[in-house]
Amino acid sequence: MKNTVLELVVRNHPGAMMHICSLFARRVFNLDGILCMPDADEATSRMWLRVCEDERMPQVVLQLEKLEDVYKVSEHGASHEVFSQLECYFRKAVDGSVDPSL
Amino acid sequence: MKYTGAEIIIKLLERQGIRQLSGIPGGANLPMYDALSRSESIRHILARHEQGAGFIAQGQARITGKPAAFFATSGPGATNAITAVADAKLDSIPVVCITGQVPQALIGTDAFQEIDTYGLSVPITKHNYFARSARELLDIIPDAFRVAASGRPGPVWVDVPKDVQDESIEIESWPEPGGLDKAPEIDPAKIEAMAAMIAGAKRPITYVGGGAMHSNACELVRSFIEKSDTPAVMTLMGLGAIPMDDERSMGMLGMHASRFTNKALEECDLLIAFGARFDDRATGKVAEFCPDAKIIHIDIDASELGKIKNPNIGMKADLGEALSFLNDAIEKSDRSEWRSRVAALKAEYVEEPRDSEDPMSPYGIIETVGRMLKGEGAIITTDVGQHQMRVAQAYPFERPRQFLTSGGLGTMGFGLPAAMGAALEDPEATVVCFSGDGSILMNIQELVTAAEENLNVKIIICNNNSLGLVHQQQDLFYGKNIFASKFSSHVDFTQIALGCGVAAYDLSLEEDPLAALTEGLRRKGPVLINVPIDLHQHVFPMVAPGGANSEMLHSNI
Repeated sequence: MKNTVLELVVRNHPGAMMHICSLFARRVFNLDGILCMPDADEATSRMWLRVCEDERMPQVVLQLEKLEDVYKVSEHGASHEVFSQLECYFRKAVDGSVDPSL
Repeated sequence: MKYTGAEIIIKLLERQGIRQLSGIPGGANLPMYDALSRSESIRHILARHEQGAGFIAQGQARITGKPAAFFATSGPGATNAITAVADAKLDSIPVVCITGQVPQALIGTDAFQEIDTYGLSVPITKHNYFARSARELLDIIPDAFRVAASGRPGPVWVDVPKDVQDESIEIESWPEPGGLDKAPEIDPAKIEAMAAMIAGAKRPITYVGGGAMHSNACELVRSFIEKSDTPAVMTLMGLGAIPMDDERSMGMLGMHASRFTNKALEECDLLIAFGARFDDRATGKVAEFCPDAKIIHIDIDASELGKIKNPNIGMKADLGEALSFLNDAIEKSDRSEWRSRVAALKAEYVEEPRDSEDPMSPYGIIETVGRMLKGEGAIITTDVGQHQMRVAQAYPFERPRQFLTSGGLGTMGFGLPAAMGAALEDPEATVVCFSGDGSILMNIQELVTAAEENLNVKIIICNNNSLGLVHQQQDLFYGKNIFASKFSSHVDFTQIALGCGVAAYDLSLEEDPLAALTEGLRRKGPVLINVPIDLHQHVFPMVAPGGANSEMLHSNI
């Protein structure tokens, strides 16, 4: 299945991640990768979600946009560097086969 | 001046216009109750179960359209409140639930009456908050009311640890009460496109949902159907948007519609959806719902557009605002040909007679009450089950916000406390709660609150000593294998009512049931009326679960 990457700007507080994961779980949307870091000002965080791109994608985005903690949703292609770079570290952690400097 | 977190909450509720608030105190919300006891403008209504308190708040919100609040303590108080809040979510009702929580130092230690209220409330609220300091409450409380009432309304939960309630801070000025977000801009090009599509339609039907109520747009919906001359159907939540006796009303659509209504939908070439969400109980098997129709869909929640059915023209808008433009843009039409086709369908699909004169029959009790209270603006609530569908089919609703029912979640136990909330807001109105002998037991403890507050609520128990709708489905779809749906004991509801301080009648023991019913309805204060009815009469017509609306079961014979 083709993947796509969603980038969210969310309010930075302990419940934001729970709201987003709960939405994916209760609406049975596929979500296979999450990365979250606070922005420089600490008021917002940035989240990258790797999700399955199926016909429900517009609904996923609309549901995310409804969450009060979500300020902005943008869609990137599957090849967004945040996950491809992360994958290098991942593989190294698993079998040491990839040089993290790649 | 210094205020504690608890005093801040009460002050902000006062500023928000809250005047009557139900709830139950307990260990973790006692600071709030202590502060509430000193409020000069908020009256507290002591419920007997937090679910009752939540449904009282819902009753208040459903008839006023404004957010209502209620209180519960931590742990079991919070878990008891969940059903009422989840119910508000599914029906888009603005309710603000404020719970106490164990002090922050104890959170995460499995402290006494500790539960993860924030986590539990995520999937059943529009939004939720956990207050970490008294100062944060100044933002949270107004924001909670803004979120509850803005856009598509819904419930909001605020969890406040006890140390935050006790924390004292200096306050110089109060924040503005939470208001409403600005509605989305109306796109004039879409309005023109809708008007053109409506002008080109031969057999349009207007499909009105609860959104018409929430947006206070029912007058404009009526103007629309008159000017465009379209027949209209309503969802369960939309009932009352158009009077049942309006010449263009086809009543409710879907699982328990009249057959002609669903047949007409099958023939329509344009479905105009106003604040409705294509719920499965309305559409039946989606692939066969309005198979030949184009769709216009206006909703304030963009995620409803295309969620179930892709509209040809979808518009995220406040329905009232959209209609104020659309009503100008459409031409005055004459669709007498289509309307006479609908009339022919109505004549072809005659439903079986309903014993409407006999107050001791399942439909007769509803129609009799409807005749007695016609023109008085009585408020009607129901519980969930056969009686609920019969009320939806047979009660002559006249106006918006007259009918309060648990639509999306389908919560047995809704009717009595919701009726009480309505009576609190409109003490002069007669509020009738149609219930069943199954449903009433799910929040019967609130009879005590109704008596204490002397609320003008008339509870009519349509008593077949069974879980009637379960019994019906087992009879129809499970090879008559009746299991766990008949009660072997016979509860004496009049004794229960009297024991709670509520006047009671049992129509089966009255020489003149009609006179007793009249007396019960006219008597001030809470009254319970038990009406034994026949278990073996099904609610018909009916679409089998999962079936298409065009194939309805329709006869007891």
